[in-house]
Amino acid sequence: MPHPAIATDDRKEKVTEQKEYTGSEILLRCLIREGVDTLFGYPGGAVLPIYDSLYHKGIRHILARHEQGAIHMAEGYARITGKPGVVIATSGPGATNLVTGIANAQMDSIPLVCITGNVPQNLIGTDAFQEADITGITMPITKHNYFVTDVRDLPRVVKEAFVIASTGRPGPVLIDIPKDVSNAKAHLEYPEKVSIRGYQPTTDPHPLQLQKLHAAIAKAERPVILAGGGVVTSGADQELRDFAERTQIPVTTTLMGIGGFSGNHPLWMGMPGMHGTYAANHALLECDLLIGIGVRFDDRVTMGRLDKFAKGAKIAHIDIDPAEIGKNVDTYIPIVGDVKRVLQEALEGLPRSRSEGWLKRIEDWKRQYPLTFRPSEKTLKPQWLIRHLYETTGGDAIVTTDVGQHQMWVAQYFRFAKPRSFISSGGLGTMGFGFPAALGAQIADPDRLVICVTGDGGFQMTSQELAIAALENLPVKVVVVNNRCLGMVRQWQEVFYQERYSEVDLSGGPDFVKLAEAYGVKGLRARTEEEAKRVWQEALAHPGPVVIDFEVDPEENVYPMVAPGSGLDEMMMGDEET
Amino acid sequence: MRHILSVLVNDQPRVLARVANLLGRRNFNIESISVGESEEPGLSRMVIVTRGDERTMEQVSKQLHKLVDVIKVQDLSSHPVVARELMLVKVGAGPSTRTEIAGIVEPFRASVVDVGSNSIMVQVTGDREKLDALLDLLRPYGIKEIARTGVTALSRGPIKVPS
Ligand SMILES: Cc1ncc(C[n+]2csc(CCOP(=O)(O)OP(=O)(O)O)c2C)c(N)n1
Ligand SMILES: [Mg+2]
Repeated sequence: MPHPAIATDDRKEKVTEQKEYTGSEILLRCLIREGVDTLFGYPGGAVLPIYDSLYHKGIRHILARHEQGAIHMAEGYARITGKPGVVIATSGPGATNLVTGIANAQMDSIPLVCITGNVPQNLIGTDAFQEADITGITMPITKHNYFVTDVRDLPRVVKEAFVIASTGRPGPVLIDIPKDVSNAKAHLEYPEKVSIRGYQPTTDPHPLQLQKLHAAIAKAERPVILAGGGVVTSGADQELRDFAERTQIPVTTTLMGIGGFSGNHPLWMGMPGMHGTYAANHALLECDLLIGIGVRFDDRVTMGRLDKFAKGAKIAHIDIDPAEIGKNVDTYIPIVGDVKRVLQEALEGLPRSRSEGWLKRIEDWKRQYPLTFRPSEKTLKPQWLIRHLYETTGGDAIVTTDVGQHQMWVAQYFRFAKPRSFISSGGLGTMGFGFPAALGAQIADPDRLVICVTGDGGFQMTSQELAIAALENLPVKVVVVNNRCLGMVRQWQEVFYQERYSEVDLSGGPDFVKLAEAYGVKGLRARTEEEAKRVWQEALAHPGPVVIDFEVDPEENVYPMVAPGSGLDEMMMGDEET
Repeated sequence: MRHILSVLVNDQPRVLARVANLLGRRNFNIESISVGESEEPGLSRMVIVTRGDERTMEQVSKQLHKLVDVIKVQDLSSHPVVARELMLVKVGAGPSTRTEIAGIVEPFRASVVDVGSNSIMVQVTGDREKLDALLDLLRPYGIKEIARTGVTALSRGPIKVPS
């Protein structure tokens, strides 16, 4: 919602078209016209004009404590709302601090508009103070980027940036604005629409391909749906459910696809790949028809062993990005289009597959090889903890994670029934993502319970944003799965490097309870199941943010596991499992 | 297989960097890139010579299409095409060998464009094989410097190749 004072202000100004504005005023007015209600950012010399305009404009601005925090907040916000998150940073170090977040957004197709200041154009290329070629630096990790040389281009550039970021396959767009452009004056004519000649995403599927898909489904005896982030992005969860139920095809959801198909549905098999379930992986190995929906056949799913992956299957691939089709696997039925549109059209005249026997086999696999861990009286098991979070929240919460073992345990043990509930860094695997993303998610949806499940390692990468949780009173529940080590790296060293634990010990602290308290945030601790139950209830009852230090068993590993270079048929189920 | 791609791009700063960056980071091979004006104001034509199997070429083309500044990508290889490269070569030549070299150059419809006291400069256009053949003949005289433009190309005939 635009600030009411500004909305009326803008209407009045329509009459006085003659009026000139500075670049920074133009920028903010354009953002308001785009419906931007929150900015995440950090000021500095090159964006002083923008922050000066912000002083008058009154858009909500979250002053993160690090630009990486700001951009991950914007990503959390975008993943919840589906709208572009907007970040502002200054030139040089401000801009380079955004780089990890930009790469993360590019990998996970998150819509972002990143605005950076730069030195005035007469200094560009001179290695001026705080000059960095952020357009060059981010060229390979943005969907598109702009260096604005003329203030008169600014309204069009902003409009284009929002269109490009939020349509087709979403992604980050960066606008670099040199300081002289922010200060220069021009008339403001914000285009309602832009047509970008080199950018025309295909959204509607080719009818012929849908016929081929129908024919393949009607014949299939061992069909599988591999559903990914595209289902969530396009809002196609209901269509996917209808599609799966009518064809009677079992579904596995990738890490990015979690929540795109309910984790409580009988046709769901869990996550596939490196830490996938036995049922999902074996279904992928033995299927005769594989329908990939909004996925990119990432190597954490295929294990890069394309010789073994869905070997006897015809592959149908539905995706909005034509470049994903045929990139990693040979595709028998390519369908380019928006997943929701494709599924809507595919539902018409959709046949049932011949999957009766196959579904029975999958049920057997699920029963025979469920996810397991060995419970303990003495120590707190991380898997138990995640299951407890799930059971006590009814699966209704938004859960963000960081990267590592705890992330995989959430993917395995928390059952997500709704899309846009599981927010994690998939493609880039960015430690430090989870906590600021949770803050952004809570800002986007103030009424929902937001839980951040993080590691003792990853939390320390962006824990400075506790200041924002406190100041904005964002009631995020931070669950630190504290194993006093870089658990996932330790696991690899145990399994592949004969227990030579090299630089993974984090036992030096900090005391997370005291850390929380230093920011005025409630801190709690638990070491046993009993304590965990009690403390978690206390955290849920607390109206503000809480950090809970759960001291878990440091030796616990994530299973099942497929070693890199192995096929999905070579799953390590974990020898200590029961 | 060798492919010649004709790519229409917005005549924007850094567009060459965007294309080269993309090809490099996706590990696609580039034999040459040439760029210049096109028939339409505001658009440039890039001609990229690359190698790869069918699947690689499909990826190259699709990835190029994802760049907002790329308007059109055509693979000219499956159509009749005129492909030319310009080469300048400085060859060691004293008064005694100049005419000899001029004789070698002539059947190539190349020309001597500069004469110095102990070298001459030869200019030749043609396809790559022709340029390579001439180079082989000139090599015994001592090649001092070479500059080649890389291939530029258009499809033959009045009709544009569909993208
Ligand atoms: C920025 C960054 N640096 C390094 C890594 C490599 N890495 C992946 S998981 C991991 C360990 C994470 O430890 P922690 O946050 O404690 O989570 P745990 O695995 O113990 O649950 C590391 C170092 C990464 N993914 N991201
Ligand atoms: Mg840890």
